[in-house]
Amino acid sequence: MHNPLRSEADAFRWVVVIGAGAASVIALTLLTRPVVGVVWGALLIGFGAGFAYRAARGSLPGRLAVTRGGDGRHRVLVLANETVGGEALLDEIRARCTGRRCEILVVTPALATSRASHWASDVDEAIELARQRMELSLIAIGGLGLKARGQIGDSDPNVAIEDALRVFPADEIVISTHPPERSRWLERGVVERARERIDLPIAHVVVDLEAERVR
Amino acid sequence: MESATVALGHAHEEHHGPPEAHESSRIDRQTLGILLFIVSEVMLFGAFFAAYFFLRVVVDPPAWPPEPYELPVAVAGINTAILVSSSFTIHYALEAIRRGDHRGLKLGLVLTWLLGATFLFIQVNEYVHIGFSARDLGFGTIFYSLTGLHGAHVFVGLFLLSVATIRAFRGHFGPKAKDHLGVEVPGIYWHFVDVMWIVVYVTVYIL
Repeated sequence: MHNPLRSEADAFRWVVVIGAGAASVIALTLLTRPVVGVVWGALLIGFGAGFAYRAARGSLPGRLAVTRGGDGRHRVLVLANETVGGEALLDEIRARCTGRRCEILVVTPALATSRASHWASDVDEAIELARQRMELSLIAIGGLGLKARGQIGDSDPNVAIEDALRVFPADEIVISTHPPERSRWLERGVVERARERIDLPIAHVVVDLEAERVR
Repeated sequence: MESATVALGHAHEEHHGPPEAHESSRIDRQTLGILLFIVSEVMLFGAFFAAYFFLRVVVDPPAWPPEPYELPVAVAGINTAILVSSSFTIHYALEAIRRGDHRGLKLGLVLTWLLGATFLFIQVNEYVHIGFSARDLGFGTIFYSLTGLHGAHVFVGLFLLSVATIRAFRGHFGPKAKDHLGVEVPGIYWHFVDVMWIVVYVTVYIL
């Protein structure tokens, strides 16, 4: 979210806008009755708050600058949560790293159990669960003969990817989700948003844990 | 280690080190500090406004201001214009230093200081001649509390402007953003003081 008050110039714009609004309230009050000024003032405040909210929402930078290692290693950033140990994901990682010097970072978002927990920053349990899943996935990747590191990410998967890219110069990203009918990440457009904002190859792997269990 | 920045549109350019921080969070500490301070100040004013509206709306006296008191709306209006003008002069000062115009910076700062001091002088003069004190009913108490709280902020702002002005005359500031934070931060505070006065004036004197 863009901060609408980042400099003196921004603050000055607010003074001009609020001054103009106040002038109209004063004029209306003096020409009519105070109640008209109160109503007009309330309308202006509501309109201004709505405008500021919309402007703040729509001003995120449209693209993310990323770096690449350039040292001969192939770096794969894996984003996965519940599907982190899925066979399809492990197959995908194996396919990407066979015959290459590969470096893997597994990012597991700490998903809050409820919106209330998220807003209250009550994420201790979510972090612990994410850590357990991540450690299991590192063991599974180690079983493929590959070395991987793990990182607990933000509860927003896209933020988790962008945070990881600031310290890990990935060459490609693998996002693992449940099948479309069960995936909240797909419902929220996590893969599409990542592809819009990040200029790296992004592979989407669907892991059907139920089908894997049946097999 | 050499690496390359890759942005959307497949534009490649040489880049060393990690990518820059997310743009939306790129704000210097001093500016962030004054913004957080202003947020706390808004809450402080909010408490005083809550008391004002409690007295005016919940207690609901038959007349506001209570008889026989009157508020000098016209004089306060002129004072408002003076204070709002000072926002333009501090903005002029900052625009000047962004262009590297030190003379404009000094002129803008001195004018702002003079306008602020004039505002404060007129307000003190208003207190002397207004005909009621803070002890006269809840109305008097809240009037002096709100306008006095704001006056105290103007006083603090004048102190900050004094420091900035002295530093400007000593040639401390430059056109780069990081080289005139000493004016930028008091400037933001001064705009806040102006906005609060507009709200106080409209609420207390007009509505």
